[in-house]
Amino acid sequence: MQDNYGFLGLYLLIAIAFPFVALGVAYLLRPKRPDPVKSSTYECGLETVGETWVQFKAQYYLYALVFVVFDVETVFLYPWAVAYNRLGLFALVEALIFVGILVAGLAYAWRKGALRWM
Amino acid sequence: MQVLDDLWIRIAVWFRGLLESFLPPWAVQLTMDVLGILLLIVLGIVVVLAFTYMERKVIARVGDRIGPNRAGPFGIFQAIADAIKMLTKEDVTPTNADRWLFLAAPIVVIIPAVLLYAVLPFGRGMVGVDLNIAVVFVVAMGGIPILTMLMAGWASNNKYALLGAFRTVAQLISYEVPMVVALLTVVLLAGTMSTVGIVEAQASFPFALVTPVAFVVYMLAGLAELNRTPFDLLEADSEIVAGYFIEYSGMKFAMFFLAEYINLFMVAGMITTLFLAGWQWPILPSWLWFLIKVVVVIFLMMWIRATFPRFRIDQMLGFAWKALVPVSLVNLFLVALVAKVLEPGWARTGVLFVSNLALLAGAIAIMAQVARKREERARAAGEAAIKRYYGSEVR
Repeated sequence: MQDNYGFLGLYLLIAIAFPFVALGVAYLLRPKRPDPVKSSTYECGLETVGETWVQFKAQYYLYALVFVVFDVETVFLYPWAVAYNRLGLFALVEALIFVGILVAGLAYAWRKGALRWM
Repeated sequence: MQVLDDLWIRIAVWFRGLLESFLPPWAVQLTMDVLGILLLIVLGIVVVLAFTYMERKVIARVGDRIGPNRAGPFGIFQAIADAIKMLTKEDVTPTNADRWLFLAAPIVVIIPAVLLYAVLPFGRGMVGVDLNIAVVFVVAMGGIPILTMLMAGWASNNKYALLGAFRTVAQLISYEVPMVVALLTVVLLAGTMSTVGIVEAQASFPFALVTPVAFVVYMLAGLAELNRTPFDLLEADSEIVAGYFIEYSGMKFAMFFLAEYINLFMVAGMITTLFLAGWQWPILPSWLWFLIKVVVVIFLMMWIRATFPRFRIDQMLGFAWKALVPVSLVNLFLVALVAKVLEPGWARTGVLFVSNLALLAGAIAIMAQVARKREERARAAGEAAIKRYYGSEVR
């Protein structure tokens, strides 16, 4: 087990080195001729109007909230799924109740229109 | 056949023996590990080159074109020419961009993509590391690119890029949920999270037959996670030009491109591992079976790309939350219930297969019903509007 994570650690180091090597090689090879028009914001030839970094649609935030609920749920369910064959009927009922509460949450969000794109 | 099956492992053992003749044991282990990792990364790049060529050829043939045919016989060096072009292109950083974040995004996006190969079982005994939490590892590494896409979109200071980034985040986190639940179903059936263990659990039946619903859900969610048609509206050319990587050029763009195709191979590899019995199946060597299945799955994805139009954003998000999530959750408990009642074997597989098909048919019937009602309502509203505008005696 220890070996596995040692290998992954080594892999991580090499994986981190990889983009630096690739970008470094490109840095040596590529031309560098910046000019003000070239490095202006690309919006199909028109000059950009107004700020880009503005407050954005709150709709995305609602999806993110529902997502967090379900993602945390699955973290709890993975150990349950692995040990499922060794657990009794109790585990099934328990998980059903657990997911049932979350589905009630999803149904509530659905009813409230959080899942409707506006 | 046995010789072919063990070919790569034999080469590795022979090479190890060669190293042991003049290196201390710890150095042998280190060298083997580093070589293995480099091999996986090189394999990743080769796979990307091969699949970009294949994609262009397949899409071209579907569209009744020829595709790349200039560089080398049948244009097979096209991908290499592209790689050289990418390396020598000028790298433009917009003056308005957040310089450091703009540089960081392509670096961060490639790292998890490369790391994913560590847990993919390419053949019998051919896996980087047989992690006992491999499935969670894949989900976790698959989550990081979402962040980098938002980084790229935000740092570009470009409205198309920002729109693309927001769409990406909404889409990827939405499809993450059904994907994870479909994985959960497989983990439940296999009783392990190790990819090798999951492949071995499919010795008698591939999970695509045991639970077709999870297979279909994972396939669709996988397409969405890859931003491929019909879920490619975050880089929809006709709407937002290219999406979050619009301002990227040269090698930085290539990093996003590389990550996308590595992930394509990874998702196809995971589908193969989780649902199509991985490297198992008789006669051919295990690694060849794996490769064949992966290529078939990728071909299927390219075919889908060439065939279907793009979703609208409300349809795309609605499909994830209102169709895939409920269906995958129902399927999870269906599988859990049947697995509790019946012992593994023909009876269980048969019951699960039939009930899964019934679930799939029911879900499709409900969706069709909802779609029909919605269409009727829209038509009625349209007709009413025309009547209001022209008066009652229209035509």
